[in-house]
Amino acid sequence: MIEEEEEEKRKKKKKNRMKKKKSRKKTRKKKTRRKKNTFDLTGQTMAALERESGEEASAGSGRRPHGRLKEFYGVAEKDDPCDIDGAKFEPDVFMSKLRRECGLAKLMDFESDMVRKIRLLDSDMQTLVYENYNKFISATDTIRKMKNDFKKMEDEMESLAANMVSITEFSGKIGATLQDRRRQITKLSGVHTLLRKLQFLFELPALLSCCVEQQKYAKAVRYYSRAQDVLQQYKHMPSFHGIQDDCEVIVAKLALSLRSRFQDRDVQASELMECVDLLLQLGEPADQLWEEFLAHASTRIQHDLQLLQAELGSEQAPPSDILDFVDKGCNGFIGDLCLVIASYQELFVANANQQQATLAQAKLLKFVKTHMESYFGLVELRLQEERGLGDNTLLVRALDRFHRRLQALTRLLPGSIVASQGLEIVERAAKMRLAQYGIAMQEFFSDCVTDARQALATPRSVGKDLPSLVDLLAQLSTALLNKVKAVLAEVQLFCSKDITFSVKSYFKGDFCTQGVREGLVVGFVKHMCQVACQFCEPTRERAAAPPALLLLLSRLCLDYETSTISYILTLTDEQFLGQNGTPVTSVSSLCGEVRAAAQKLLNHYVKQQGLSISQMLRKSVETRDWVNTIEPRNVRAVMKRVVEDVTAIDIQVGLLYEEGVRKAHSSDSSKRTFSAYSSSRQQSRYAPSYTTSAPMDTSLLSNIQKLFSERVDIFSTVEFSKVSVLTGIIKISLKTFLECVRLRTFGRYGLQQVQVDCHYLQLYLWRFVSDERLCSVLLDEVVGSTLQRCLDPVSMEPSVIEVICERG
Amino acid sequence: MDDDAPVIYGIEFQARTLTAQTAETDAIRFIVGTQSLKHDNQVHLIDFDDENNLINKTVFFHHIGEIWHISASPADLNILSTCYNTCVDGKLQTRAAVWRIPRCAEVGEAETGEDAGANPLALDLLCHLESNNQTSTTSSVLWEPMGDGTKVITLADNHLLCWDLKESSTEAVLSNSLSVEGKGQLRFTSGRWSPHHHCCQVATANDTTIRGWDIRTMSQVYCIDNAHGQLVRDLDFNPNKQYCLASCGDDCRVKFWDTRNTTKPMKMLEDHSHWVWSVRYNHAHDQLVLSSSSDSRVILSNMASISSEPFGPAMDEDDEDEEGTSEKRVDEKREPLADSIIATYEEHEDSVYAVEWSSADPWLFASLSYDGRLVINRVPRTVKYNILL
Repeated sequence: MIEEEEEEKRKKKKKNRMKKKKSRKKTRKKKTRRKKNTFDLTGQTMAALERESGEEASAGSGRRPHGRLKEFYGVAEKDDPCDIDGAKFEPDVFMSKLRRECGLAKLMDFESDMVRKIRLLDSDMQTLVYENYNKFISATDTIRKMKNDFKKMEDEMESLAANMVSITEFSGKIGATLQDRRRQITKLSGVHTLLRKLQFLFELPALLSCCVEQQKYAKAVRYYSRAQDVLQQYKHMPSFHGIQDDCEVIVAKLALSLRSRFQDRDVQASELMECVDLLLQLGEPADQLWEEFLAHASTRIQHDLQLLQAELGSEQAPPSDILDFVDKGCNGFIGDLCLVIASYQELFVANANQQQATLAQAKLLKFVKTHMESYFGLVELRLQEERGLGDNTLLVRALDRFHRRLQALTRLLPGSIVASQGLEIVERAAKMRLAQYGIAMQEFFSDCVTDARQALATPRSVGKDLPSLVDLLAQLSTALLNKVKAVLAEVQLFCSKDITFSVKSYFKGDFCTQGVREGLVVGFVKHMCQVACQFCEPTRERAAAPPALLLLLSRLCLDYETSTISYILTLTDEQFLGQNGTPVTSVSSLCGEVRAAAQKLLNHYVKQQGLSISQMLRKSVETRDWVNTIEPRNVRAVMKRVVEDVTAIDIQVGLLYEEGVRKAHSSDSSKRTFSAYSSSRQQSRYAPSYTTSAPMDTSLLSNIQKLFSERVDIFSTVEFSKVSVLTGIIKISLKTFLECVRLRTFGRYGLQQVQVDCHYLQLYLWRFVSDERLCSVLLDEVVGSTLQRCLDPVSMEPSVIEVICERG
Repeated sequence: MDDDAPVIYGIEFQARTLTAQTAETDAIRFIVGTQSLKHDNQVHLIDFDDENNLINKTVFFHHIGEIWHISASPADLNILSTCYNTCVDGKLQTRAAVWRIPRCAEVGEAETGEDAGANPLALDLLCHLESNNQTSTTSSVLWEPMGDGTKVITLADNHLLCWDLKESSTEAVLSNSLSVEGKGQLRFTSGRWSPHHHCCQVATANDTTIRGWDIRTMSQVYCIDNAHGQLVRDLDFNPNKQYCLASCGDDCRVKFWDTRNTTKPMKMLEDHSHWVWSVRYNHAHDQLVLSSSSDSRVILSNMASISSEPFGPAMDEDDEDEEGTSEKRVDEKREPLADSIIATYEEHEDSVYAVEWSSADPWLFASLSYDGRLVINRVPRTVKYNILL
């Protein structure tokens, strides 16, 4: 019906158009006619115009010079009514004026002139008209010709219009006849597509189940998603509803089978991904899906972790090496995790809306975090196993790989903190390794010391082991230095350029300054000092260290102070450029510490040696009955032993320490031997000034003498020189001698024996001390005290003393 | 300022031993025994006039021999004991005796001066402290502290002998004895009677070992092996704090022990540069410890941390009735003095073998060096005020 109406409308329109065309043709004809009239008009007007312009030209040429002159002479042009050429010429005024002013003759002249002028003008006019007439004639000819041409044209136009009308009619007729066919065809084709769709829909359940059977899930999902909308729209129709129900059942089955894949552990990740993708397309809720996805991933990852756990090693099987372990961890666990993360992000994060994406991301982060934690736990457990120091390269490489993989993981998952956690683990491992090295160095040191101790102890005879002291020192210091260098070289691996974590400044700074410099090197030196100082502490458990060892260590410490420390620290600073500005132990403070240790050791050495000599002296004084002794024939064997020991000590110290300075006046050695202590000399020194009353005996004199001599500190610190060390030892020994003598009472021969002994000591000991006066003062005091403690003070003749002493 | 200057008194002979007149609590008195083999030995009773900084001395002869150790009875200020050397038949013997200062000396003290030195009296011998069967050498005599002056212990070689003095100390009866047996050097070098536990404990030193004895059962209570690296020279008990024992020895150290823990000393001082011969706690303020050494120095140390008053004086108003009474409210906690050396006294030229606090003035002490020089010193005022206030 509609179409019929439309058809009618179209026809009407066509008719209207035809009418319009006809009317247009008529108007065109009218116009051409009007044009002809205008051409006629223009011909007349043109002739009139030409006339006017000719008149104007002649009038203008006569008038203009006058005007100019007038302008020149300042005469205003007056509308003179008598001017025959003027605009306001009035013939009556002119005539009356002429008659009044002129005579007859003049009038005659004027009349003739006037006639002549009129004639001239007439002839001019005649020529003008003639010329224009010719033109007019030719124009008329042209117009006539045109009129003929137009006539022909009009005829042709009319025939054209007629043709056009007929064409239009035909086309209209054709259109009308074809209209119905066309409509039918379109309608048919529409029905066809609809039918095809319907067919698809009807076939859909079968297709779907077929696909499901053939496991072409992707195809099935595509079909279903295509049909879904239509089915949704025509749900109200029972047939469609049935289809939909069928489809839904099948799809549910499909989804179920897809999901069942989640349970399957051996399913490949890519397959799984496809599954999830399909499920998503099926409109399964994403949150549930990612839950399941992660659950599936977690079983897999748990499996990886279990494998790693197995790698940790049990009691029976020793753990595989660390690099292997980390490799396995990287390839198995980290690899799988990365895969999971990547597919997860692609599935759930990339395509989801903002809110969903953040939720999904959070879920993922949590998932990654829990698993990374257990992984880190395993790695740490494994790192704890790394106690041996053998394969540092392996460890470093393992740590590097570990760190690298973590970085890769972080790139995948920017919000996660695994990298920093991993770095912490690396740091901890590095620190632990450093601590192990520290312990190793300390053990090495104590081993060295023990070796040195044994070396010192084995050759019992004093004379033979002495030369080896220098060798021992050299051995010890080179061994220690080599050890330090070796350890530094090993530790250097942690900082090499190709290790990723070493580039991190916070790792490097902390590691270099705190770990290596402070912890390892400075710690080692400090430990050395500590061990050295322990030798000085009197402990009941440990046997006292042999004196030679004290001396050795003291020299070692001193060497460290002078050169080794600065060398080691410079080496360390060069190799480990710590950038951060944490305060470090300065070379000078460390040197100070070592020097203090050296000093302590040397002091202890002096004390110990002094004690062993004074012990001999004390025993010899305490055990003898000095009242009832026989006349001295010899120097007592103890004194010889003392001198021997002091000589031995002198050689021992001389091996390691420089000579040191003596007081200037000691150079006169020849005098010394002969002007040694003698009682007569003492007498002569004291006698003149004090001829005193009985109680004021030598004690007062010696007091006065002491007033002028310096106070002597017995157990004082010594300098790092042989002379100073020996002086210290002798001081201690002689002071003991003095104190012991004061506790005894002597007979005559007892006194004389002491005199002999003291002279002997004087003879041999002066050369060891820095200030020989010290030696003689102390010995004088011994003899003086003996004199006081003597019941029968009769001194021996100095000459006899000398003879006895020279006899040996 | 001048008050703090040391007062020096010279004795003609060498001297080793010094004691405060323990029973005297008003006058500042010290007793010194001399050592001379050639002349008659003397006992100098020195009275120090604190206000005028003057020393009055009374000299008594001790004809019997040189004095190695002297101690005063805690009950009777005129009774003292000495250990002395005598030479009998070319053999030296060290014995001990109890003496009485002659009464007339007490009377004539007012007119002492040069006369006293010119014509000194001899001490009256009360009794010898020796048993017949023992010919040992007695190294020291210890009076029971705070006792009635009837109980005495002598240390002779490796024996420790307890005596009861009877009939005004004219008779000594051996009541008990013990001896140390074993290897090595067993001679007692010194001993000290503990003022705590009803005076039933005595500490002795032999070689490097310190031993504590219960004299009721005569058995060993504790033993500090290797108390010092070398010989132990002297001991002293903290008079105000139980179990605290100070010791000194040839390793230049002064050590403070808690006798309940003998493995480790509580504190240790290493300030002397030679053997330390004597160590003494102040009787009233036990943070003050004196030590004397053969490096001719006397060192006064403050050991507040292990004293009976580690946090400054107790707020007992009954006890503290001295200058500090005007300022009773010493509420604000003062920082206790850190353990340190208070002063080093270098007036001596020879080894200082003895140092003693005065029994009368807790701020005053005397030290004696071998050359016979007795120096009386005071605790520096700043320290004194710091402790009191």
